[in-house]
Amino acid sequence: MGAPKKSAVKVTEEVEELPRVRLQAILLADSFTTKFRPITLERPKVLLPLVNVPMINYTLAWLESAGVEEVFVFCCAHSKQVISYLEKSEWLSQSKFSVTTIESHHSVSAGDALRLIYERNVIQGDFVLISGDTVSNMSLTQVLQEHKERRKKDSDAIMTMVIKRSKPNSITHQSRLGTDELFMAIDPDTNQLLYYEDKADSSKGILNIDNSLLLDRPAISLHHDKQDCYIDICSPEVLSLFTDNFDYQHLRRHFVKGLLVDDIMGYKIFTHEIHSSYAARIDNFRSYDTVSKDIIHRWTYPLVPDVMFVGNSANKLERQGMYRAPEISQSRSAVIGPFTVIGFGTKIGDNTKILNSVIGEGCIIGSNVHIEGSYIWDNVTIEDGCKLRHAIVCDGVIMKSGAVLEPGVVLSFKVVIGQEFVVPSYSKVSLLQQPVEEDSDEELEYADSTGGVGGAGYVWSTCEGGHEEEWRHSVAPIPAVKILEAKKMLEDDLELDHDGSILPPSGELKPDSNDSDVDDIEDPREDSYFEKEVEATFLRAVQENIKEDHVILEVNSLKLSYNKLAADCAGAMFHSMMKYALGTPHNSAGSLVQTVEGVLTTWKKLLTSYLADIDEQIEVILKFEEMCLESAKEFAPLFTKILSIMYDKDIIQEDAILSWDDEKRDADESDKIFVKQAQTFIQWLREAPEEDDEEEE
Amino acid sequence: MPDVQSLVNDFPDQLRKRKIEGSQATAKQTAELLRSVISQQRVPHTNQAGALIDAVRAVGEQLIAANPVELAVGNIVRRVLHIIREEDLSLATDAIAGLGLSAASDDEDDVERGDHPVLSAAAVAAAARSTLRPPSLQTLLEDIPDSGGVPQTSSSGGESEGKSRSADKGSRGRKLKHDVIEAVNELIREITDCHEEIAEQAVEHIHHNEVILTLGSSRTVLEFLCAAKEKKRSFRVFVAEGAPRYQGHLLAKDLAARGLQTTVITDSAVFAMISRVNMVIVGAHAVMANGGVVAPVGLNMVALAAQRHAVPFVVLAGSHKLCPLYPHNPEVLLNEMRSPSELLDFGEFSDCLDSASGNGSLHVVNPTFDYVPPKLVSLFITDTGGHNPSYMYRLIADYYSADDLVVKRRPTTGS
Repeated sequence: MGAPKKSAVKVTEEVEELPRVRLQAILLADSFTTKFRPITLERPKVLLPLVNVPMINYTLAWLESAGVEEVFVFCCAHSKQVISYLEKSEWLSQSKFSVTTIESHHSVSAGDALRLIYERNVIQGDFVLISGDTVSNMSLTQVLQEHKERRKKDSDAIMTMVIKRSKPNSITHQSRLGTDELFMAIDPDTNQLLYYEDKADSSKGILNIDNSLLLDRPAISLHHDKQDCYIDICSPEVLSLFTDNFDYQHLRRHFVKGLLVDDIMGYKIFTHEIHSSYAARIDNFRSYDTVSKDIIHRWTYPLVPDVMFVGNSANKLERQGMYRAPEISQSRSAVIGPFTVIGFGTKIGDNTKILNSVIGEGCIIGSNVHIEGSYIWDNVTIEDGCKLRHAIVCDGVIMKSGAVLEPGVVLSFKVVIGQEFVVPSYSKVSLLQQPVEEDSDEELEYADSTGGVGGAGYVWSTCEGGHEEEWRHSVAPIPAVKILEAKKMLEDDLELDHDGSILPPSGELKPDSNDSDVDDIEDPREDSYFEKEVEATFLRAVQENIKEDHVILEVNSLKLSYNKLAADCAGAMFHSMMKYALGTPHNSAGSLVQTVEGVLTTWKKLLTSYLADIDEQIEVILKFEEMCLESAKEFAPLFTKILSIMYDKDIIQEDAILSWDDEKRDADESDKIFVKQAQTFIQWLREAPEEDDEEEE
Repeated sequence: MPDVQSLVNDFPDQLRKRKIEGSQATAKQTAELLRSVISQQRVPHTNQAGALIDAVRAVGEQLIAANPVELAVGNIVRRVLHIIREEDLSLATDAIAGLGLSAASDDEDDVERGDHPVLSAAAVAAAARSTLRPPSLQTLLEDIPDSGGVPQTSSSGGESEGKSRSADKGSRGRKLKHDVIEAVNELIREITDCHEEIAEQAVEHIHHNEVILTLGSSRTVLEFLCAAKEKKRSFRVFVAEGAPRYQGHLLAKDLAARGLQTTVITDSAVFAMISRVNMVIVGAHAVMANGGVVAPVGLNMVALAAQRHAVPFVVLAGSHKLCPLYPHNPEVLLNEMRSPSELLDFGEFSDCLDSASGNGSLHVVNPTFDYVPPKLVSLFITDTGGHNPSYMYRLIADYYSADDLVVKRRPTTGS
């Protein structure tokens, strides 16, 4: 009796075990974007050669080496090409690594793809979600384990995103992969992702984060030096979520942000940072260039040209990072620079110079050709005297002698460039016409004039981003002009702040008072900066009529950044108000008092928000005293008057004045000038409360 | 058959993806793979050795091409080829002896065929000559299988003789395969046991109160030092950490766990410490035919330091690391460039790497191996004992037959 029972138990155990053990992956062989057009009109992005190997091979090779056992390749655009490529390759015949293709013709987004996969019901457990243009050599073991452990504790932890540190360019605000700066808020203890913004408006430098994020956790860390690798470990719920929310299209823009905003379901996304391994997604031409270079520089080891290769053309690594396939015929006078890859059977003529480039298989390159930083695919013919800088040249292109490609040019399949023709920078040339959208006249105009004499191809007008943005995503390095421009903009921004802080736009600051300030604060320089900042803020508030609340907010942020107390703020604020009052034209002492009263009434709230305590109020009085003594002697005779105004306006409580008096009792005679001046007022104060008390009693 | 085929496909694949690391593991797996190839190979009646050699060669080519840096693969392929030749030779000599005996018995039993013994004796002589002679220029050039001569001459014998011979051949073929597999098993055992064999010699080399320096991590070195420790020798070990992979840290941990007095130093401190050291003991990736050593990066520097201070530089190497090739051979790819991420953190330096933004660009070179010339090596300790670098070529001649050096050259000239 016992035996059959046992076996039954075993069977169920196995059933439970199996889906957990088998690691699956969904590979989206379509990026659902148009960044690589016009090339992707003829060939799907995943089959574009990256250092002479179609991109999808990198992704599949990584998945295989990372221990994934089953991959579903989702093909949409050009699905036939992808499927037939995979059939010809060795991927479909691997024993421990099964690759299944899923074909769809009407999916327009990653969301559609995942919904379709959900319908197929093929995913049993946790899976890796990746797009077919990702290059990585990371190990999945750790991240999978983390993901599973989190899942055991909290079933709402449905996704783990892989991120990697990569400094964005401080000048152009974009990562080296050509994507915009990414802002993320992460819980430093649990690595939970709290905020994700990849379209942040960097020009304003403002980031809005819901303060509820800080409610139940001691800290959050904000990152803008991380790069999203677009490798996600997902639980099956992710698929059903996509099905439930049929408006989710984009993985990041809709799904991730949607989950982060939605607190009803309570699903959580976590991050995993990789350090020594490499992962990057090819999103645009810039990242195509960067990732190619990383591969040549061997960051992706073992996915490097001399180790991983398709077919029988083994590359050999030579000195200075030169990779050469067999059967290359190269003229003796040709110069091939470092970090260059030359494909199988390519012929290179006399005096040709090739630097930092990738040349595909079977290319014929004439003599006196200059190629720099370019990607030349298979079977390209480049005749004598051509010049190529930072261009992508697809299969079968013919460049007649003397043609020139300026930086950022993309030549799609089989384009012919006529003799001596100069293709202007950032232009994209294809045999196919650009899908006509709105401005058709312009395109026709373009279409006629391309290719030069004996050339063939249409120049595409620049896409959505417009010509301005073209340089951001192009293969060409960012032109020096743009860098200068951006740098200048940055400096202008800084200068603006700088100017504002030092010279108030009213320009009434007295030079001698400025000097004395500088002399005074030799060591606590920050104090004066802080005061100036507050003053500038206040003056701006007066001029631009900014609401008090906003000014308070701004001063609060200054307080935090300079690490000041509320008393300092109060002092500085009072100082600037008095200065402002002094700055406005006045005839006599009487009108000055009036101005001060006016200013104090209008901006009372501003001041009182920092005067919660007696200490702060004392600070204000002391500050005032100091001003009267040093920078603004006009106020000296008016000290008592203004003090009483402040008392009347409830800015300063009587306790503060009394304790100020007490404090001053032991001071030097010279310090007592104002106490003495205010003696009658203080006397009155001392008596008044007693009366009040008496009345109450 | 199909499962061997998939094995044959799988193994180079793993080699290519650098999933198997370490020459011992690679050597063992190569030998095991070749064993299954041999056992699955159907042997024809004639020229069994030739068939086996061809089969092993075909697989060997793939393996070597899959990871040309791992010289142990090529070594084992050549060793197996050598084994086949040896076994064939010894069987042939046995057969000749047997043939001679049977001929003698024929002579006695059958008086009618008086001329046969003479003829068969001639055949025996021819066979003996063809199998026993050293590889001649002719065989190298024409690639005539060695045992091809035997059936030709024997065909001139009578029908019955031919039949009996073929039956004999069949059993001989099975015998050959069996013997070869036995010998390959022996080879596998030798590879697995090489650490112990080497470690046994430890007491002869390490003396009381000595200071030993080593770099990086090598299992052979670990076993060697521990064997000396077990024999109650007390000595100290300096471990240079072996940047950038820092495997020296692991070695130091293991040594300390086994009760050895261990000091970790940086690679750059080697020269400063070498004057206090009595002996440098290191592992190797491969030992070339001239006695040069392909070893983890940093060892050449250690060897130069040792030479400067006249400290003996001892290299431990299992016999599977002996490579019959010379380092100047262009077919020998000596080095492997690994990922720069072992040196630098990508995130920290990503803005320098970005040549697109115009700020110059940063390049990192991370070679895996160093070449230590033979004049810097004082002694090799292999599983057969200690040898001088200049003796290496002789040792290699024992393990490999001159014909098989060709294995490597074939794929390049062929395709």
